[in-house]
Amino acid sequence: MDSIFIEGTPKTPNVRFDNEKGALLLKGRSIPENSIEFYKPLVDWLEAYSNSPQPKTVCEIQLEYFNTSSSKCLLDLFKKMENMNKDGNEIVINWYYEEDDEDMLEAGEDYQSIINVPFKMIELQE
Amino acid sequence: MTNRFTSTGVTVAEKESTMNIYDLYHRMESNKVVLSFKGDVTSQLMSSILQIIEQRMDDLNEAPRLRKKVYNVLVECLQNLYHHIDEVPSETAKNGTDRSAIFMISLNPKGYSITTGNYILASRKSDFENKLERINSMDREELKRLYKEVLNSEERSDKGGGGLGMIDIARKTGNKLNYDFAPLNDEYAFFSLNINVEEQ
Repeated sequence: MDSIFIEGTPKTPNVRFDNEKGALLLKGRSIPENSIEFYKPLVDWLEAYSNSPQPKTVCEIQLEYFNTSSSKCLLDLFKKMENMNKDGNEIVINWYYEEDDEDMLEAGEDYQSIINVPFKMIELQE
Repeated sequence: MTNRFTSTGVTVAEKESTMNIYDLYHRMESNKVVLSFKGDVTSQLMSSILQIIEQRMDDLNEAPRLRKKVYNVLVECLQNLYHHIDEVPSETAKNGTDRSAIFMISLNPKGYSITTGNYILASRKSDFENKLERINSMDREELKRLYKEVLNSEERSDKGGGGLGMIDIARKTGNKLNYDFAPLNDEYAFFSLNINVEEQ
């Protein structure tokens, strides 16, 4: 299967879902009006990837802003990862937040408490 | 109808309209309005507003935390308008012309104040009001719990939202949602919302 590389825009994040490396990255802003339209292909890709994933998958979430409609789509992605984890595949989610951005840290902790996948909270220095 | 003229040759109506706009300007100035808009809320318009406000906060050297909170709340408020406008037919506007909403952001002593207004179907009012009252009755921990419950529920609209916007605004600001429903007729009401986003 092909990897997904999408450049970021002011409303959508930079996406790098690298099949060969088992590396998933969302970086930038995620504030589209129609989040499902943007995230559906990513959720579908992850579903296909989870059938034959790399021995280790690392997901990096490095978002500056995300709107509430993106938050449901992020949960959809994390649920796919949870299933991979349950099937015995190694997966970790690195959740980045800028120094002092307690809201972003708390958002990561919300997901951590819902999703059964190891989360690592990483503070970015300004 | 014949036009009445003032001593400087402009019509009384023209004179009044320039007076009114000065009056409006003056009121906006004294209320420290940063940006105000009335009309159809489009995707492009939202991008422009976000860009202007972000630049403005940058110019004013606002603290990163406040900046992020304002940006987040602004996105939710504007997208609420964007999604709700679709549901109300244009002829409900009193002048019958467009699907208008109103949006205003102004400075307050500790941060920013965001105000929006839009028409909603009267039939949706009581559910919506109950939801807002429930949010306003909750403390921080209860809001966190509700947010996670709604996030994790299957319920969502076709655009991806699922009623998280208002909960998120209440959580991020730590303030109550000030709102009002002005009844217009049996079918429609005008909903207004005011949010204060302050440094904590």
